[in-house]
Amino acid sequence: MVSTEQTISVTINGTTYERDVEARKLLIHFIRDDLDLTGSHVGCDTGNCGACSVIVDGQLVKSCMMLAVQADGSAVETVEGLADGEQLSKLQQSFRDHHALQCGYCTPGMLMSATALLRSNPHPSEDEIKKGLQGNICRCTGYWNIFEAVKAASE
Amino acid sequence: MLLREVGYARPGSLGEAIELLAADDGARALAGGQTLINVMKARAGSPDALVDLGRIEELKGIELGADGTLEIGAMTTYTEIIDSSEARARPILGTVCAQIADVQVRNRGTIGGNICTSDPTNHLPPLLAALHAEMTIQGSDGTRTVPAADFFLGVYMTAVGPGELLTKIKLPAGRNDGFAAVTLGVEGTCIVSAAASANGSLTIALGCVDAVPVVLTPDSAEDEAIRAAVRAADLDPPSDVHASREYRRHLAEVLAVRAARQAQGS
Repeated sequence: MVSTEQTISVTINGTTYERDVEARKLLIHFIRDDLDLTGSHVGCDTGNCGACSVIVDGQLVKSCMMLAVQADGSAVETVEGLADGEQLSKLQQSFRDHHALQCGYCTPGMLMSATALLRSNPHPSEDEIKKGLQGNICRCTGYWNIFEAVKAASE
Repeated sequence: MLLREVGYARPGSLGEAIELLAADDGARALAGGQTLINVMKARAGSPDALVDLGRIEELKGIELGADGTLEIGAMTTYTEIIDSSEARARPILGTVCAQIADVQVRNRGTIGGNICTSDPTNHLPPLLAALHAEMTIQGSDGTRTVPAADFFLGVYMTAVGPGELLTKIKLPAGRNDGFAAVTLGVEGTCIVSAAASANGSLTIALGCVDAVPVVLTPDSAEDEAIRAAVRAADLDPPSDVHASREYRRHLAEVLAVRAARQAQGS
């Protein structure tokens, strides 16, 4: 059945949301605008910058290049799900300790990419860290402190 | 960005998908969406309806035959190819897929989407042309197979017709393959690419120098014979902000030799 609107059920950070969405709605807008989970950012909106990166069914994706209807039935993780209450994840703490952000706009995407990397490869080489963050652009830091933070979190 | 209003369906079977595509001229297949969704944002394309192929099991998976033949479902992602032990029977596949864009795009983008887009800068059209791949296309009238050399018809155009779907890609056995490209930044978009296969006689396919991959069969595998074959093709690539026509012609020779050397293990 082709339709311009569908009811979808998506679990985000453990909470299941059932909503009617237009087929044309991007996943990032569903997360930010419909569910008010504004941690994930819209940067370029062309799939280049990675600020909207989230994990869908265990896989890192750019949520500006996926429709919300495509996530129907999926489990999504966003940056809001990383900390345990006030307790930052090891990676988040490492970002803080290494001053791995300046303006912070890219940080949610960087954290999700690094989280996905460390899950699949808990002790990545330096090259593997760089390759794991290839889809995320940061215009402030020159990447070095981000790299150091991920490296420290993997040790 | 808000896309133009669009219909959406997520069929559970290949037959249903073909039916939906055949029923509406304005319907388009949605594979991994890593090109199509951006095309829709830019209003460069505005399908009336999207037929999402994401949950059709028949279109997924990699099978390795006893004779070393690989059959890859069109909806297999780059990441699945990179991680597949079966796909290592043709090692160049994983090597090239690992050079496409970034982790996020590789997790969603599919082999079928890459070749059906038939963008001259894509990695897989020249690779599959050099490797003598065979594409299986299914429509309401049945199934047909098309060799890679006849699959790519033009920029954004392939042998997959209205109401049809690419279902799988078949690759013969072989390990002596190569790929070389000059890209925009590390692992970025190709400015010129070359793929080579030296299983039996040498085949080279050049990307980004014409609307479709340019397939060459040099007289010998010597560097000079390869360069001569590229010159004989009398390429007329476009000039753009990244490279002039002349520079692309130069790169085509250099990269053809590099890909051929890799294929021959030298």
